[in-house]
Amino acid sequence: MFNIAQNAQYAMLSIIILLVISTLIYIYKKRANKQKDFTELKLRIQSWWWMIAIVFFSLSISFKTAVIFFAFLSFLALKEFLSIISIRHVDRRAVFWAYLSIPLQYYWVSIGWYGMFIIFIPVYLFLLIPIRLVLIGQTDGFIRSSSLIHWAVMLTVFSISHIAYLLVLPVQNELAGAIGPVLFLLFMTQFNDVSQYVFGKMFGKHKIIPKVSPNKTWEGFLGGLVTITIISGFLAPFLTPLNTFYGFIAGFIIGISGFFGDVVISSVKRDIKIKDTGTFIPGHGGILDRLDSLLYTAPLFFHFLYYVRY
Amino acid sequence: MKKITKLLFFALIMKPIIFIILGLNIKNRDKLPTKGGAVIAPNHNSHLDTMVIMSLYPLSLIERIRPVGAADYFMKNKILACFSIYCLDLIPLHRDGSTSKEELFTNCHTALNNKDILILFPEGSRGKPEQMSRLKKGLFYMVKDLENVSVTPIYMEGLGTSLPRGEALFVPFVCNVSIGDPIVVFETSKQLNTELNEFFTHAIT
Repeated sequence: MFNIAQNAQYAMLSIIILLVISTLIYIYKKRANKQKDFTELKLRIQSWWWMIAIVFFSLSISFKTAVIFFAFLSFLALKEFLSIISIRHVDRRAVFWAYLSIPLQYYWVSIGWYGMFIIFIPVYLFLLIPIRLVLIGQTDGFIRSSSLIHWAVMLTVFSISHIAYLLVLPVQNELAGAIGPVLFLLFMTQFNDVSQYVFGKMFGKHKIIPKVSPNKTWEGFLGGLVTITIISGFLAPFLTPLNTFYGFIAGFIIGISGFFGDVVISSVKRDIKIKDTGTFIPGHGGILDRLDSLLYTAPLFFHFLYYVRY
Repeated sequence: MKKITKLLFFALIMKPIIFIILGLNIKNRDKLPTKGGAVIAPNHNSHLDTMVIMSLYPLSLIERIRPVGAADYFMKNKILACFSIYCLDLIPLHRDGSTSKEELFTNCHTALNNKDILILFPEGSRGKPEQMSRLKKGLFYMVKDLENVSVTPIYMEGLGTSLPRGEALFVPFVCNVSIGDPIVVFETSKQLNTELNEFFTHAIT
């Protein structure tokens, strides 16, 4: 318990300091402009405190609590996904199997069985879900249901479980420890969202995909990408087994894939004509609104790291 | 005794299931009546309907929230009756005709006079999953002679897929809960049901 490597401690401390600063900015802004309504910002920051507290807590206590935490996160995300897309009523039993995949997938993670972890959902569940649907027997909408359920599990369970698998990889950077790469991935992904947003706000002119996300601009995307690539180059040797050169590449991967994760979930929301995927996180929306970029960055960062170092 | 078992049941079992395993998206939570006597009229798809509505209330009020249910169903065997009494504090309604029309709602009226908040499903039974049935007249007959009792409609979506009638397997889906404005003035059961239907139709997303 509380056996955290030195650099991971520094990283956590820095994130808390960043959060304290943004809280102070919020208080200052609120004092300076009393007429304006800051409720949304307040909820956002409050939720950030909660999220950071829960993540740090579960990562710090033990390996087990961290794996359980990510499994639970997968459950919430999968449930949210299957609830917003209107699934056929008869699919409920197949959905039950989809839920059952969560404890199994995270069990493979916890015992470090890489082979099973990497094929369980893409192969076994991929084959199993249509089988269960065949046994239910309703063929109207069969194609849609089998693809939907599998895609949902791939995004919310398979992708997210890669974060947990980072904890199982043998520690190569003693100072970063097992949780260093996890903190690196989470921080970089979230920071990428923030910097793309900030650059877009400041310099945004040319829309990048107006049909999906009218607020996203080339300036925001490129500004964020350059920032993340540079920061990542400096932070990676500190928190991961990667050197500066590979750190730049990792940042580049996170910048691009984070953007696509974001717009993939945006497209899902556009398709079913909703603004947020839920109300679970006050000020942010649903779980998927927060996890969107991570669904893409987690597996891609993981496999880059795995290829380069393991 | 009833007080404590009901409180424990919601604090330790029902609320965690509803808020963590199931999950709710609540629209207009502030419209939830907190002062009795009041009646809540939700749509009915699942056994979870009652649980969700009761869980919306803080534990300090849970004692006051009482579902009304058919005696022929909820009292049919010992286990169910025990559960209905000690966990829900249910008010049984003898709809089989064994009690006279005047006495049918006596228990409900006593509870409303005690400032309790009653849950009564105007559809009667759960019906087909995720489909509304025709509204019955019972709700109107219960409240027609009472003054200062409002009827608040609540629409829930998703529970019929999570736990439909006749299924034992619980599959969690996020439930959308929408709470309507209280209906205060109505002369006939038709008027009341029109108002309720109006809300239910528009609450469907």
